[in-house]
Amino acid sequence: MIYFDSAATSFYRPPCVREAVAEAIERMGNAGRGAHGPALEAARAIYRARTLTASLFGVADPGHVVFTSNATEALNIAIGGLLAPGETAVTTAMEHNSVLRPLYRLQKQGVRLNVLPADRKGRVAPEAFERAVVPGTRLVVVGHASNLCGNVQQIRALGALCRERGALFVVDAAQTAGALPIDMAKDHIDVLCFSGHKGLLGPQGVGGLCLREGVLPRPLKVGGSGVQSFSHGHPACLPEALEAGTANAHALAGFAAALAYLQEQGVQALHARETALCERLLAGVRALEGVEVYGDVDASPRAAIVALNVKGMSSAAVADKLWEKWNICVRAGAHCAPLAHEALGTAARGVVRFSLSPFNTPQQVDTAVVALGELAGGQGDAA
Amino acid sequence: MRPEQMRVLVTFETTTAAMAFEALCAAKGVPGRLIPLPEQISAGCGLAFSAPPEAMDALAALFPRPGCAAPRQMLL
Repeated sequence: MIYFDSAATSFYRPPCVREAVAEAIERMGNAGRGAHGPALEAARAIYRARTLTASLFGVADPGHVVFTSNATEALNIAIGGLLAPGETAVTTAMEHNSVLRPLYRLQKQGVRLNVLPADRKGRVAPEAFERAVVPGTRLVVVGHASNLCGNVQQIRALGALCRERGALFVVDAAQTAGALPIDMAKDHIDVLCFSGHKGLLGPQGVGGLCLREGVLPRPLKVGGSGVQSFSHGHPACLPEALEAGTANAHALAGFAAALAYLQEQGVQALHARETALCERLLAGVRALEGVEVYGDVDASPRAAIVALNVKGMSSAAVADKLWEKWNICVRAGAHCAPLAHEALGTAARGVVRFSLSPFNTPQQVDTAVVALGELAGGQGDAA
Repeated sequence: MRPEQMRVLVTFETTTAAMAFEALCAAKGVPGRLIPLPEQISAGCGLAFSAPPEAMDALAALFPRPGCAAPRQMLL
């Protein structure tokens, strides 16, 4: 089996992640809900995950790292908790529905929404941000990389623009955390939302957000926190302010192990490996007649994603054939990015997305190229 | 019944502050451990760091610290 769906979730993970989760299930109680050994074990594991996350993203205070169940929940907290009716938000057509849908919901409640268009290669012009982000803009939210085609936004320049114009800058790093360097301070990020189970190699059930000092969204959930139990109101101190209910300590123990692995290996070294594989795949498929590739594929850096279609076949048929005949895992269809498809011209058909990890091999890539060559040569079933 | 002992206690606003303080004390070799917050003390977090009286000076040297109340002596 060859797994090329790492933008959905990582599949090849270092063994230390599995071992940490198994150990946590055997040893851990409920963090912050007691002072006995198992409860403290859980709290220590979560604190370790916080400190490693803070270190990875340049967050000075680990208390400003808030854990959620996924990036979508983090984005809902950031977007829903920082915007109010009458305020203006700016985003782009390249965003995932985890950004767009919270914004659309707020738009119905009176938030003004400005969605910046993308061109046929999925690029958003820097000048469009210059024009749209003006004094009075409350919040700008962008994906660091498109989950559809891998295009990367220049977040440092955008962050500087937002800071200059007084807008909060929210970054959806679901596709780049663990792959590209991100520094909250240097990139002028106010809220960084991440997924723990993609490039960060943790188990599913982990996401989070990092908050700049002084930025505190309204909570999405309130309830048990382990602190200030006699207060009617949920505590306002971080991270408890945004973490109601039992934390997923088992998964967070695995996440901490994954972060330690990333720290040891180096994010840039791992990304260099997946980039080399991605370039090999791109070179192979671009040489094939009947295969169309989408996105700004000659730009750098990029997320390790190749989006394509095979002439005469639906994306679903290509994905199914790849799985059925070659045991290759890819994702077909809309990828929760409707406006990006409109920009790329693939709304009707979707795309076949290959998303690579540092643990794929050149041989796996070559097998995929051979398979696509066969399909493009007319041996696949037309849909 | 166990006789009461003098202890030095540090209390916290959050579980994260408690974890950070425990790790700091371990790194600096300050003795003590986390215990349930005694009911006679009011603090946000249900954990407290309990240390022997002779650790008072070493603990006091770690303050002020955000999210942590300065050490105090009490009979437990």
